[in-house]
Amino acid sequence: MDPLALTIDAARSAIQERKTTALALAEAHYARIQKEDGQIGAFLTLSKERALEQADRIDRMATEGKPLPPLAGVPVGIKDVMSTRGVRTTAGSRILEKYIPPYDCTAVARLEAAGAVVLGKMNCDEFAMGSSNENSGYGPVRNPRDLTRVPGGSSGGSAAAVAADMAVFTLGSDTGGSIRQPASFCGVVGLMPTYGRVSRYGLIAFASSLDHIGPLTKTVKDAATVLRAIAGRDPMDSTSAEVPVPDYTSELDREVRGLKLGVAKEYLGEGLDDEVRQAVESAIEKLKGLGCEIVPVSLPHTPYAIPTYYLIATAEASSNLARYDGVRYSHRARGVKTLSEMYRRSRDEGFGAEVKRRIMLGTYALSAGYYDAYYLKAQKVRTLLTRDFEEAFRKVDAIVTPTSPTAAFRLGEKSNDPLAMYLADIYTVTADLAGIPGISVPCGETREKLPIGLQILGKHFHEATILRVAHAYEQAA
Amino acid sequence: MKVTEKDVAYVADLANLELTEDERRGMLRDLNSILDYVDRLNELDTSDVPPMAQVSDRYGVDQAKQGSERFAYASREDILEGLRKSLPHDEALANAPDADEHFFRVPKVIER
Repeated sequence: MDPLALTIDAARSAIQERKTTALALAEAHYARIQKEDGQIGAFLTLSKERALEQADRIDRMATEGKPLPPLAGVPVGIKDVMSTRGVRTTAGSRILEKYIPPYDCTAVARLEAAGAVVLGKMNCDEFAMGSSNENSGYGPVRNPRDLTRVPGGSSGGSAAAVAADMAVFTLGSDTGGSIRQPASFCGVVGLMPTYGRVSRYGLIAFASSLDHIGPLTKTVKDAATVLRAIAGRDPMDSTSAEVPVPDYTSELDREVRGLKLGVAKEYLGEGLDDEVRQAVESAIEKLKGLGCEIVPVSLPHTPYAIPTYYLIATAEASSNLARYDGVRYSHRARGVKTLSEMYRRSRDEGFGAEVKRRIMLGTYALSAGYYDAYYLKAQKVRTLLTRDFEEAFRKVDAIVTPTSPTAAFRLGEKSNDPLAMYLADIYTVTADLAGIPGISVPCGETREKLPIGLQILGKHFHEATILRVAHAYEQAA
Repeated sequence: MKVTEKDVAYVADLANLELTEDERRGMLRDLNSILDYVDRLNELDTSDVPPMAQVSDRYGVDQAKQGSERFAYASREDILEGLRKSLPHDEALANAPDADEHFFRVPKVIER
């Protein structure tokens, strides 16, 4: 048994059957991190003490022959935007370089209650703002498939760690594509659940009407298992929905024959790389071969998604990031004389270039005289984008698209052009705006052996359907 | 150019950022380029379209209910120790860049 090649079920069963221990799995992963992560840069902080304590608890349960919980002994990495009690949480920003949260994010607490072993915290773009992980205040993450390329972003560390077998799975966050796009670039599975499906309590806020937490995994089944563990109403997050959580794994093997899958021409047009198009088209053929009915749908407002997203997300971010004032927990500049100077210089020193750019854009869009022209306009177009999906979902059960217009690009390729970088999210942002769930599943490689991702979008709270389609595709591919 | 140097200074002030000369120049360029791109939203007539601030009231709630009644499940009694205990004093101050045993310490607020 290779301790680094395990899925969730395999890891849990191996511990239950005493073929290995949670401690041995954790140590094998730490050894792998020690060996590989110097060149990849996926982890920012290791939480060994906490991991080994949890592993020991699981091993004692196994020794006593008790039935193990669903994620027992499974080594996991947590994107560093999720608070972990006693373990440094930076959001990839220098402004939180020394922040030790006094409480746990609900999603992390639920993983641990289900037996998972938290190895450490994953590198990401600063405050989850980016599509390449180059905006981290702690250095970039490199794509394990090709170290000259980016892993995608903002959950770049989360995706790279799974791809390089440094964790069985990880948690990421998705505001404009930040789980699905890096999953696609690194060749792993990434699931963004419906808005409100997973509590965000303890998630460091970027854009509150768009932020989602979800898993990055080796298989679709693992994504279903993790979602089951973290989903559901949490009284600590008033936006978490009171909708029952189905047993996602038990629905995975249901036939996909007869399901109607939408294909939107707006997602296969200009700007799409030829190799990605071919891979996605052959994936669609494969799904057709499995008995799915392919139905053309139209999402006519798609070209307006990126501008809408960058107005709404930055407006919300400018408000959310006002809390970093150098008083309670964030960086404070030295030698300041007045309160106002303290705010400014602390923020100037603590925030990176992209974060400042988005705070400025968002503040501008909300400022007197521009609110109607920018922010309100974007909120209205958000309605149109959401109606596009509602219309399409009257005809189909799910929609299949490419996850990203290209495979992983090179470090530095887009870092000087904010607009070019924003366009890397062109196929992912609309789902965030509409609050619908989406999953990226690997669908082949380019000639240069770079992974390509197939995105499957579903109706609100219909994660079971997109997981089923993704699983059927994965098994057939 | 939509955004001028004066606008950059004004918005930086609103956002509590100082920004170096270099950063201000870059911001002027980037904001104008992004806002030019964003302008395509004006191709759409949205005069009869309601704005959408969030998705929570659209799905997963009882549409027969009105307004905040849809979120009645999320309300709780307003009591001192509501959903979790308040942080102990020392834990709440532990991450502060400057504090004594009781308070966060900041530079002088009122000058004279």
